[in-house]
Amino acid sequence: MNSSLALAAVAATALATVLIGAYGLRIARTTSDFYVASRTVSPWWNASAIGGEYLSAASFLGVAGLVLAYGSDMLWFPVGYTAGYLVLLVFVAAPLRRSGAYTLPDFAEARLESLAVRRLASVLVVLIGWLYLLPQFQAAGLTLRTVTGAPVWAGAALVAVVVLVNVLSGGMRSITFVQAFQYWLKLTALAVPVAFLLLAWQADGAPPVRGDDVPAFPETTRVEVTLDVTVEVVEPVVVQAEGSVDGEAVSGPLELEPGSYDVAEGTVLTFPAGAPVPHADRLTPVTGDAWALPLEGGREYSLYATYSLVLALFFGTMGLPHVLVRFYTNPDGRAARRTTLVVLVLLGLFYLWPTIYGVLGRLYAPDLLLTGRTDAVVLVLPGRMVEGVGGELLGALVTAGAFAAFLSTSSGLTVSVAGVLTQDLLRPWSGGSAVSVRAFRVATVVAVLVPFGLALLGRQLGVADVVGLAFAVAASSFCPLLLLGIWWRRLTDVGALAGLATGGGLATAAVLVTIVAGPLDGLPGALLAQPAAWTLPAAVLVMVLVSLATPRRMAPGVARTMVRLHAPEVLDVDRGDWHPERRVR
Amino acid sequence: MWAVRARRRTATSDIDEQTRLGEVYMRSLIRTQLRLGLLTAGAVLGLFGALPLLFLVVPGLRELELLGVPLPWVLLGVVVYPFLVGTAWLYVRQAERVERDFAELVQRR
Repeated sequence: MNSSLALAAVAATALATVLIGAYGLRIARTTSDFYVASRTVSPWWNASAIGGEYLSAASFLGVAGLVLAYGSDMLWFPVGYTAGYLVLLVFVAAPLRRSGAYTLPDFAEARLESLAVRRLASVLVVLIGWLYLLPQFQAAGLTLRTVTGAPVWAGAALVAVVVLVNVLSGGMRSITFVQAFQYWLKLTALAVPVAFLLLAWQADGAPPVRGDDVPAFPETTRVEVTLDVTVEVVEPVVVQAEGSVDGEAVSGPLELEPGSYDVAEGTVLTFPAGAPVPHADRLTPVTGDAWALPLEGGREYSLYATYSLVLALFFGTMGLPHVLVRFYTNPDGRAARRTTLVVLVLLGLFYLWPTIYGVLGRLYAPDLLLTGRTDAVVLVLPGRMVEGVGGELLGALVTAGAFAAFLSTSSGLTVSVAGVLTQDLLRPWSGGSAVSVRAFRVATVVAVLVPFGLALLGRQLGVADVVGLAFAVAASSFCPLLLLGIWWRRLTDVGALAGLATGGGLATAAVLVTIVAGPLDGLPGALLAQPAAWTLPAAVLVMVLVSLATPRRMAPGVARTMVRLHAPEVLDVDRGDWHPERRVR
Repeated sequence: MWAVRARRRTATSDIDEQTRLGEVYMRSLIRTQLRLGLLTAGAVLGLFGALPLLFLVVPGLRELELLGVPLPWVLLGVVVYPFLVGTAWLYVRQAERVERDFAELVQRR
């Protein structure tokens, strides 16, 4: 790909983000201004902003990469990402807006009248936020590496800097305009190239994707390995190799017997036409038929994994910190519902496209299965399938869209994590009194730097996989808290604490094992890689049982809080005097 | 219709004072909304939950094709989205109706 064009696209996205942010900038005077734009954002802006914020690297790049590798089972990812908003709509949207809380810890405190629950909720918000930020930075590194050959840290650093500038200068108000712009940019960047790709595929004689075998190189193919990878060779093949394989310098023909090989960064392998693609060791090879049909392909325990994933996505969305903070910018509960409806439309419109990239990638970018960088399929396809300047322009467009995805999600998460850090965790250092704008800025820097560091140190997992883990933690902690808190009076602070600790703790432990040790084999591996199916019920059960055992700990003001959560705004009723900015009890 | 019962105060003051009547009003609102939410989410979850099972039990379904595209891809790749939007639209309409009725009920004098 023409790297200067792609670089220009990246620069333009970054610049537009900062400029639009500056346009929406208004001097931030109070916490309310800073966090939630004083609730003056119109529903369409708000829905676009929610879509812009929500469609992360996992949606823009990860879904297509997963479809490329594993096929139809992976369609559950975008379905789950969208259906999560339906669950949020029917159980959470209006009551949460009516609660008047800015953040999840605010809600926990308002409902349960307990600072302990608030603190635990804060820790979980930061944890989930960082878990979600980590793959965004990693994907940014991968993207810049793919399109320009820049070192991996450069892309992550670029995103970190732009997010910092944006959040530090304007807070939520500017972020709302930026996010709304990012949604439409992402949709355009993904949808427009598809038309050209499909035309190119037709012109190529519309080759079928299904077949009895694993993908093969359709013609003599030169594969450049841009990051160290271990590949599994299944059938013997003679390749032209330049670089380093298994620690030895190679130059010329190399016979690869079945087995695994360490291929070093910078090595170029040229495969003959028709050779089956050796897969990176973290991918499972899947034949064309298994790929095309559900529950056949690749991963072990695919029925369990599918159900557990769907559960995590359905119930995790409501617990994502950057999603919830958006609901406070609706003027009332009714508007919160209508906004969510528009969000569902916008998400459905977006998720039609990534699948097509994954399918065509199976035909035109099988080498990504070798390098293991399947997340790059959206980035490389336009340049490969459309010739000349057109392909380069389309390539630049998807690159811009990818950066929009990193920037928007990272900004939203940063605002949420920084907000919680300021209000709850850094309070002793911020003078103790009112939450100052200065403390928010310090928190913003912390909120960005920690996951940035982890992204550089941690191992590279699939973007959508890590994001899936963040969903699992959210589903096992905040989902029960919100559902029971909103709909069940008898939830107590002790019950909430026990449930949050159980669900959040178990899911986090499973996530850490998966990230640190890599995916394990067998049933334990499946249970740890997709924990939601057992951690979510465990959390609900503990929350309910402990609450029932501690009836005296019910919040004294629960009746008033229920009025506040559920009574429509047209009614003139006493909703209590809780306010997130006067929260000293 | 608002003159049916000649009460001098509306139910909103019952809610404010947390009288037993006020509690009954609030509980009925919450229960109606919860039932609506459970119905909506249950329908969608049930339908989605049945799909993998259906593909497992009736493998023939997986092989069906629509315009050359296998049925699972058509369902999960395209059809689900308008389905979700439609369901959400019905829910929003219904939930707003419940709130309108509730407001009318408790403001009646």
